Amino acid sequence: MTYQEKKSIVSLISAVLIFVSYCLYKYSQYPQGKLESSVLLHYWGSFVLLLTLVSIVAHILISMIFNIVFRITTGEKEPAFEDEMDKLIRLKAARNSFALFILGFILAMGSLVLDQPLTVMFIILIGAGFIADVAGSVTKLYHYRKGV
Amino acid sequence: MANTLVGNYIRKLRFNHDEMTQQQLADKVGVTRQTIVSLEKGNYSPSLELAFRIARVFQLPLEEVFYYGDDKEGDTT
Repeated sequence: MTYQEKKSIVSLISAVLIFVSYCLYKYSQYPQGKLESSVLLHYWGSFVLLLTLVSIVAHILISMIFNIVFRITTGEKEPAFEDEMDKLIRLKAARNSFALFILGFILAMGSLVLDQPLTVMFIILIGAGFIADVAGSVTKLYHYRKGV
Repeated sequence: MANTLVGNYIRKLRFNHDEMTQQQLADKVGVTRQTIVSLEKGNYSPSLELAFRIARVFQLPLEEVFYYGDDKEGDTT
């Protein structure tokens, strides 16, 4: 298995782990009782902002650890650049991620039209972001293994 | 994903060139080893530029490194 394939798998697993553990952590802080929309908006706003920050930091850390482990276990150095095939695969992954996120965004707006609570809209939006991230990693893994 | 229509003799040519490794070829043509792996498996069609760079490493014309469809070396059709 090559560096790119391993990296796609690590990226996929870390995306799931980060998202699930963050959701479990934030679930305990969900405001209870009769809620005003300002309280809910504050909760979901901080949820998205913190998730973005935590996700970026965690991905960088995991990537660094992965590179160190890769060097130690294989004795190879990770590629320092992106070649034409990497770029093509990255574009395909971005296309799939984008399409899924837009679908989720439309569904989230649809939930507002159907008079669903704000929480439903945010759950759909955040879920779509997560699914888009996972789809990007899966697309990369698929193309690195099966070809472009 | 189905294999591409562009085939190649890279694996054989590497072997005939002092058993050149995939990494050595990748370094010479400026791509990652992953790309050479995919090329040899027939999972990726290289750009024209990369195809020329690979042919230049083996000091052969393009058509002696790559073939299209069923036009494999030795075919009479």
